Amino acid sequence: MPYIPHTGEDVRAMLDRIGATSIDELFDEIPKELRVDSLPGVPVALSEMEVARLVAVRAAADGRPLNFIGAGAYEHHIPAPVWALTTRGEIYSAYTPYQAEASQGTLQIMYEFQSMIAGLTAMDVSNASLYDGASALAEACLMAVRAHRRSNSARILVPTTVNPTWRNVARVITEGQGLVLEELPYCTEQGTTIPQALARYDGQDITALVIQQPNFFGQLEDVDALSRWARANGALIIAAVNPVTLALLAPPGDWGDDGADIACGEAQPFGVPLSSGGPYVGFMATRIAHVRQLPGRIAGRTVDLDGKPGYTLTLQAREQHIRRGKATSNICTNQGLLMTAATIYLSLLGPVGLERVANACVTRTRELVDALSGLPGVRTAFAGPRFHEAVLLLERPVAPVLESLAAGGIIGGHDLSRDYPELGHALLVCATETRTSEDIGAYAQALDRVLGR
Amino acid sequence: MKAIEPLIFELSRSGRAATAQYPAPTEAKIPEQFRRRARPALPEVSELQVVRHYTRLSQMNFSIDTQFYPLGSCTMKYNPKVCNSLAMLPEFLGRHPLAPVSTGQGFMACMFELQEMLKAVTGMAGVSLTPMAGAQGEFTGVAMIRAYHRARGDTARNEIIVPDAAHGTNPATATMCGMKIREIASLPDGDVDLAALDAVLSPATAGIMLTNPCTLGVFERRIVEVERRVHAAGGLLYYDGANLNAILGKVLPGVMGFDVIHMNLHKTFSTPHGGGGPGSGAVGVGKRLLPYLPVPIVGRDGDRYRWLDERDLPQSIGRLSGFMGNAGVLLRAYVYMRILGAEGMERVAEFSTLNANYLMARLREAGFDAAYPGRRASHEFIITLRRQAHELGVTAMDFAKRLLDYGYHAPTTYFPLLVPECLLIEPTETETREELDGFVDALAAIQREAVADAAMVKAAPYTLPVRRLDDVRAAKQLDVAWKPARA
Amino acid sequence: MSNIPGDLRYTKSHEWLRSLPDGSIEMGISDHAQAALGDLVFVEVPEAGRVLSVGDACAVVESVKAASDVYIPIGGEVLAGNDLLATQPELVNQDPYGQGWILRLRPTGDIGGADLLDATAYAAEIAAAG
Repeated sequence: MPYIPHTGEDVRAMLDRIGATSIDELFDEIPKELRVDSLPGVPVALSEMEVARLVAVRAAADGRPLNFIGAGAYEHHIPAPVWALTTRGEIYSAYTPYQAEASQGTLQIMYEFQSMIAGLTAMDVSNASLYDGASALAEACLMAVRAHRRSNSARILVPTTVNPTWRNVARVITEGQGLVLEELPYCTEQGTTIPQALARYDGQDITALVIQQPNFFGQLEDVDALSRWARANGALIIAAVNPVTLALLAPPGDWGDDGADIACGEAQPFGVPLSSGGPYVGFMATRIAHVRQLPGRIAGRTVDLDGKPGYTLTLQAREQHIRRGKATSNICTNQGLLMTAATIYLSLLGPVGLERVANACVTRTRELVDALSGLPGVRTAFAGPRFHEAVLLLERPVAPVLESLAAGGIIGGHDLSRDYPELGHALLVCATETRTSEDIGAYAQALDRVLGR
Repeated sequence: MKAIEPLIFELSRSGRAATAQYPAPTEAKIPEQFRRRARPALPEVSELQVVRHYTRLSQMNFSIDTQFYPLGSCTMKYNPKVCNSLAMLPEFLGRHPLAPVSTGQGFMACMFELQEMLKAVTGMAGVSLTPMAGAQGEFTGVAMIRAYHRARGDTARNEIIVPDAAHGTNPATATMCGMKIREIASLPDGDVDLAALDAVLSPATAGIMLTNPCTLGVFERRIVEVERRVHAAGGLLYYDGANLNAILGKVLPGVMGFDVIHMNLHKTFSTPHGGGGPGSGAVGVGKRLLPYLPVPIVGRDGDRYRWLDERDLPQSIGRLSGFMGNAGVLLRAYVYMRILGAEGMERVAEFSTLNANYLMARLREAGFDAAYPGRRASHEFIITLRRQAHELGVTAMDFAKRLLDYGYHAPTTYFPLLVPECLLIEPTETETREELDGFVDALAAIQREAVADAAMVKAAPYTLPVRRLDDVRAAKQLDVAWKPARA
Repeated sequence: MSNIPGDLRYTKSHEWLRSLPDGSIEMGISDHAQAALGDLVFVEVPEAGRVLSVGDACAVVESVKAASDVYIPIGGEVLAGNDLLATQPELVNQDPYGQGWILRLRPTGDIGGADLLDATAYAAEIAAAG
């Protein structure tokens, strides 16, 4: 019996102590008509050896093609110590740190993560992570409605240059509480939000403005102009950022005249593998004035009975408390394992290493864009400055091109034509520090062949 | 007094680095106005310092790998190592979620089979793997119920019935979906009060959220009657699967009449708790709610797998995650279910129930009071320490802290709120009889200590890296981020 | 035994009211309530000028165990919130009927018309809850 240690003797002795004659008798409170005695549809048990073989064959079938997609999940080198440490049993199989004295490891790691996120985003306080970037944006919208004393509209302006799936998720999670997410257009030449498009909202009751930097296209938004408009109109500023870029780009705390109010995003680039889409790790940071509206778990530093420093979960009373008339969150978890990986990653890279990674990403993407846009039938979509992603325009539908590339072991990019049909045959490509000049050359050659047909 | 292990920032020295991890230097051309002015305050340490620091931190934790963890409603069973090693095969780790499905058939086959197995063990017609935690699964359930009533033009149904013993996330979830809560009392024997239920059922009833076995550790014996009445009133039934471990292979929620169930893969299906996450809250639905399942879902055409999205399910409530949910967690659950197989799943309920009833019997012999002595334990049960709190001034929390000194993680103490000074105890099926006996002996010893020297027990723990922590100070003098000292 | 001053009025949700000589009303939470909550770590009081209706949630008291809304049993305009509580929330624990007052209100109606208990009735209420 896998993982069940009981011998026949154990069972007999235990039933004896209970005063029952069979294990089945222990279920006698359950009405007979509800009982099942088999599970058709569940296959027969496999040994570890058999399941390992089965799964290895499936993994081998998927192989390891060369990846050039970003679009919200980024491939970075993950230093060996990150998962060697994170899969230690004491971290991997630990529970939520409700008994603080028995969880100082987890709690101190949470505190360190919170500190690093606060520092990177130039905000005062951070929580100990949320599920992912998409749900973090949704939570940030709910938080803005709770935190904004003077606004009653619950209207949030969201540029269409914000990740389309994040916008979808934010709507699904917030609409039950009456939030209205209104979309802002972008300039098809520059690939960025048009600050002038905000003018039509001048003087209206807007609770918050979301700004994603870099935006979904990889382009750099004019965060200062957008932030200043929000401030002037009494709207809170929600910054959605890729934290790797914060090694080089101005952090949300420095945007506009006095910075953003809430910073959120996806910290998957910090030591978390692509792993087919999850588990990832969202983050959220804010000003000290709003700390009581911050959802999710927070570790705080305190002292014990002897005055020794220690860590404990704090501000817990807000987590499942229901405030009448104001938006609420039901969230009661964080992504502990991934938060640990991110903390270890950042400790290994440090400020200099992270800067190197960010620089390499920008440089490699530039190299990729030059190589591909040099091919006949390929050009760049947007003129403005970008970070480590770019939109390319083809002269034929993107999906079949990507299929042909995939057949040759290259994952060429993300097809934008479904979410942004106005761009035509648009492809979002990305090259991080993991892509070499040889990789880029191989992609260019393959694309040339595919387009040549 | 000094901390046992400094913060990683306190180990930092300017110029120190783990340079083996650095890519070669390059100069990115970013216009000046976008650039950061000052470097972020990240630690500068060597690779060995990092390894030593986080290894030492890990050694300050309790974990399933090191301690018995009878946390009620958390199902702290063994997390098999093979689940981790197979989920971390490089091909699975390296796959981008937006890569063409032609390059992901192996991964998707595992996901499809997981969907099918979860349908089979719950008796449901459809499954979505996307919710990333139990709370998201709950949100999904209530959102689908709302969508169902709206689609039928039944817009007046905005009330969700919740028993008073429910976990705090249940009413919070209902509020998030714009619903009102109607709370009903439980009877002294732990079952739902049918008269109270009748009193709140109305044309405004959208549904009821139930856990079975309930949070008090006992099976809701009148579930068939509850189901009949709620459906007759036009409401739907939502099942909180937190306690699925008690009935896996014995009862199917679909057969009990539930319309939607969320499962906690990090409980019943043994994926790691990781110090607080990641979880996974897959949902199963009956036929009524099939059209509303969150996307994407894995579909199969012949022998090819593909993603079903908004185009295939136009009435779906939408997306809940950036991609398709916590894939790595789902792979771990898949491997676990393949190793257990049908017979293994049935044994989960049998042996978790055997362990719980044995532990309850031994604790009662040792003089402890069960909250529901007339009932069978499901996979968990409640001991109340109300008498000890009253007579000795020693609370459930004090017992919990002293248990840590005996090398046991305490049971759940803060929940359910209905039973004062309670210990909600769930041993799970992966523990030996000796482990359970040792736990009984420890509690009995603490009871004797409480009689002889209550003050000693009240100041526990003594043998951990820190003594009892001042959580009032933590909240009043908020310190939640290290700040670099001003130059 | 919790302290229940005889000269005050109480609500079932553990708020107390005091009529001040100038016709205004002072409000806080009872000794029983502060003991149940434990050490308070944060109190949010309403701003002067805010208009409240009967049953409104007008303040929040937060301990490590729970964060609770405080409800006003009568309508009126807030004259002042106790700003000392921002830095000294423990005043509510130490002196719930004195320095731990939460707000002062100019009532729109007569306090006699509200659903209030006298000290004896409130004591019975607490005893019944057990």
